[in-house]
Amino acid sequence: MSETSHSGGAGPTPTPASAPSPQAGSPGSQGFASYLPTVTVTLASILLALVIGAVLIIVSDDQVIESSSYIFSYPWDALSAAAEAVQESYWALVSGSVGSWAAITATLERAAPLISAGLAVALAFRAGMFNIGAQGQLIIGAICAAYVGFTYDLPPVVHVLAALLAGLAGGAVWGGIIGFLKARTGAHEVITTIMLNYVALSILTWALTKNAFQQPGSNNPRSEKVDDHATFPDIFGVHIGILLALLAAAGVWWLLERSTVGFEMRAVGANSEASRTAGMSVAKVYTLAMVVAGLLAGLAGTQQVLGHEDSLTANFSGSIGFDAITVALLGRATPLGTVLAGLLFGALSVGGTAMQASTASTPLALTQVLQALIVLFVAAPALVKAVFRMSAAEEGGTVQAKGWNS
Amino acid sequence: MRLEIQGLTKRFGSFTANDSIDLVVEPGEIHCLLGENGAGKSTLMNMLYGLLAPDEGQVVLDGTPVSFSTPADAIDAGIGMVHQHFMLVPVFTVAENVMLGREKTRTMGVLNRAEAAETVRELSARYKLAVDPDAIVETLPVGVQQRVEILKALANNAEVLILDEPTAVLTPQEIDELMSIMASLRDNGTSIVFITHKLREVKAIGDKITVIRRGKVVGTTGPSTSESELAQMMVGREVKLVVDKADADIGDVVLEAKNLTVIDARGTTVVDDVSFSVRAGEVLGIAGVQGNGQTELIKALLGLIRPAAGEIFLDGRNISGHGPRQSLDAGIGYVPEDRSHDGFVGSFSVRENLILDLYTTQAFCTGIALKPAAIADNARQRIEEFDIRTRDMDTPVASLSGGNQQKVVVARELSRDLKVLIASQPTRGVDVGSIEFIHNRIVAERDAGTAVIIVSTELEEVFGLSDRIAVMYDGRIVDIVSPDIRRDEIGLLMAGAGSSETT
Repeated sequence: MSETSHSGGAGPTPTPASAPSPQAGSPGSQGFASYLPTVTVTLASILLALVIGAVLIIVSDDQVIESSSYIFSYPWDALSAAAEAVQESYWALVSGSVGSWAAITATLERAAPLISAGLAVALAFRAGMFNIGAQGQLIIGAICAAYVGFTYDLPPVVHVLAALLAGLAGGAVWGGIIGFLKARTGAHEVITTIMLNYVALSILTWALTKNAFQQPGSNNPRSEKVDDHATFPDIFGVHIGILLALLAAAGVWWLLERSTVGFEMRAVGANSEASRTAGMSVAKVYTLAMVVAGLLAGLAGTQQVLGHEDSLTANFSGSIGFDAITVALLGRATPLGTVLAGLLFGALSVGGTAMQASTASTPLALTQVLQALIVLFVAAPALVKAVFRMSAAEEGGTVQAKGWNS
Repeated sequence: MRLEIQGLTKRFGSFTANDSIDLVVEPGEIHCLLGENGAGKSTLMNMLYGLLAPDEGQVVLDGTPVSFSTPADAIDAGIGMVHQHFMLVPVFTVAENVMLGREKTRTMGVLNRAEAAETVRELSARYKLAVDPDAIVETLPVGVQQRVEILKALANNAEVLILDEPTAVLTPQEIDELMSIMASLRDNGTSIVFITHKLREVKAIGDKITVIRRGKVVGTTGPSTSESELAQMMVGREVKLVVDKADADIGDVVLEAKNLTVIDARGTTVVDDVSFSVRAGEVLGIAGVQGNGQTELIKALLGLIRPAAGEIFLDGRNISGHGPRQSLDAGIGYVPEDRSHDGFVGSFSVRENLILDLYTTQAFCTGIALKPAAIADNARQRIEEFDIRTRDMDTPVASLSGGNQQKVVVARELSRDLKVLIASQPTRGVDVGSIEFIHNRIVAERDAGTAVIIVSTELEEVFGLSDRIAVMYDGRIVDIVSPDIRRDEIGLLMAGAGSSETT
C-alpha cells in the first residue's frame, strides 16, 4: 500500500480519446462494471442466439433431413420443411411459455427463484464480489424453511411467515460467513462460495438420511411434506413466490440507489480504496452485502420448497444457483435487468418442454443451447458488435474504433 | 527527419477534437506541443502514431505523404512514441523489453539475448541513457523505466520521437535527467515532439513551441516568449501564475503531531519521529522529493495507516487512534495525492462523488434513506461555485479532465466545515487555469481560519502557497523554514543536507 506505482493517478486523461491504460485491470480501482454488457449488446446477443438456434433446429429436423436427400430435384421441399420446423419450434416455445394462462403461471413460478437468486448475485456484484455461492445459500435457506414448515404446527399465516423467515435467515447466515471471512481474513469469495456450495449440498444429502428430515417409512432422499399452513398461498393460480421476488427486486433497487447502505456498497464495489479514504468501513460493507445476498438466495430456496415443491429432495434446487449467475450477468447486475433476464430464462425453460412436445419435437436441450449462446455472446461483446457492424465509438471505446470500422 | 502535419482534423460525433492542425517539426528540433488537458494534443499524436484515422488532412515525412493504419506502420516509418503509461512487460529485463516484437533468434528459434543486450548497451552509450540491460523492469524507478521506453523507440530506428506528457510521473531530478537526454537526442539529429502543459519545461528545453487550444493551433513561437504570454495563449485569458495572497492571520495551534513514526509492511521506517504543528490561518507546506515519507505521514494523520509510535492532537484532543471516518468527522479535509485511486469513484457521477464522504450527514440522509433532491441541489451549487466543467451532474467523474476531476474532490472537501485541510499534490496533472482556481480556493480556506497542510513535489507550488515550509528527507523533517529561503538552500535540504533541527 505504501509504494504503489505511479501509473494510476497522475495521468490526466484527455476527454474524447482516452488511451487504453495497461494497468486498467486492477479490480480495486475499476470494479467489475467493465464485465457487464450494454443493453444493445444484450438484445443483439439474444437475437443472434435465436438465429443460431434456428440453424440447429433445421439441421436436426427429421423432415428437413429427409427432404434434403432430394434437395436438387425439389429444393422447395427442403426449404419449406426448414421454415416449418423453425416456425413450429419457436411458436411452441412462445405459446408454451406465455401462450396461455397456465403457461404464464408456469413461467412465473419458474422465474421466481431465478430472479431471487439472480438478485443475490447482482447485489454482491455491485459491492465488488463474485457470489458463486447462491446455490449453497439457497440450499441452506430451503433446509431451514422446510424444517420449520414440516416440524412445527403453527396457525395459518404465522406458519408460512415463520418458515419464510427461517429460510431467509438460513441463507443470510450462509452468505454472511463468506462476507465475514473476506472482511476479516481477505479470503477470496470465489473460492469460499464454491467450497461452501459443496458443504451445503452435503448437509442436504446428510439431512435427508436423518429421522428429523426423512419421510417416515421411506428410504428415498425426500423430506416430510411441508405443512399446508406453511406453503405459499396462490393468487390467480400463481403462488406468491413471484410476488416476493418482485418485491425483493424493488427492495434491492431502493437499497442500491436510494440508501446510504447501497451507496457504500456501490462505492466499495467500484473503488474500495477511495471508499476507505472517504471513511467507509470496507469490511463492514463486504459482510453486510453478503448477508443481504445470502438472504435473497435464501428466498429463492424458500420459493422452491414452499411454493414449487412441497418437500425437500436431494435435487430440489437443480442448477438455479448457477443459472442465477447468468441471469444477473445478463441483467447487467441491475434489479430490473435481473427481473427481465429471470423471466426470459423462466420462459425458455418452460417453453422448452412445450417445444419438445410439439410436432417438430425439437429437443429440450435446445433451450439450454439458447441460454448458453446468449451468455456466450454477452461475454464476447466484440463478436456481437462485429456481426451487427456496431460502431465501438458509440460505446465509448474510441481508440479501438478503427478495429471494427476499417 | 522532417515531419509535417497538414490540416489534420478529427471529429468524434459532433465534437471536433482536432480542427485543421498544421505543424512542422524540423530535423534535430525539440518541438513543444503545449495545451491544457483536453485541448486535443493526445488526439493529434494518436493520429500521427496510427492509433486514430484522421478525417481530413495528411502527414508528410521528408516530403512524402504517408498514412498509417496501425502503430506498426508509424514505427516502420521512423516514428516512435513514449506513452504516458508505459507499455513495458514488468517481469522482463530491459533488453527483453527492447527486443520485444522484433526478437532476433539463433538457430532453432532460440532467443539471442546477448545481441539484444548489446544493442541496449550501444544505444545507451550513444545517447547517454544509463540503463542496465539485464535489470528487471519492475525493479527500476519510474524515470529509468521511461528511459527504457525511449530506448525501445530508438532501437526501432525512430527519427521522430513523440513524448506524451513525459514529466507527469517524474521527480524534479528525473525531469532534469530527461531534459539532458532530450538535448543529447536532438544533438544526434532526432526530432522530438514534446507534449506537456508545464510552462517551465517548455521554456527550458523547447526550440519551438506550438500552442493548441480547443483543438486548434493558437500559434507557434519560440522559447523567448514569457510564461505568462504562453499561459494566456493556452487558456485564452490572462492567468495569474503567482499565487495572490495576503499576510497570514495566524491563530492557535490546531493540529499537532508529536514524535510520529510509521513503519511500512516491509518493516522499513518510512516516517521517522516527526513532530510539527499547524496553526489556524496558516499554510504549512511539506516539500521533498517523492517517496521521502510524505505520503505515509499524511495517511497517518488521517488515520488511514496506524502509526507505530507518536501522537496526533486536534485542538488539543488526542486523535491518534482515529480511523478515517472519525478524522473526517472531527473536521479534517483531505485531498489525496492520487485522486483516481483514493479521491473519487470513477464510475460514480459528479453528483455522487460530491457527497462521497458526506452521504451520512443530516443534510443528505434520513436514517438510511438518501435525500436525492438535497444531493442534486448540492451538486448544482458545487458545480457552479467551483466551475466544474461537466456535461451534467450525472456524468461519470472518470470522463472529466484531470483538472475538473480535482475540482470535484476539492469542492467536496471544502464544502464541509473544516478545522484542517490536508491537500496532497493538489494540482498534479491539472491544467494551468484550474491550478490558479484551486490555489485561490486553498488560500481562501486559509484566510477563513483553517489550518492548511500542503504536500507537493512541485517547488513552485510549495513556495507560492506556504507560510512555512517543512522539508522531508528519508522520513524525517530535516528543517522547517520560511518561504523566503533561497532555492538552492531548499534544494540542498531536499537532498538530505539537514541543517538545524527545529520543530
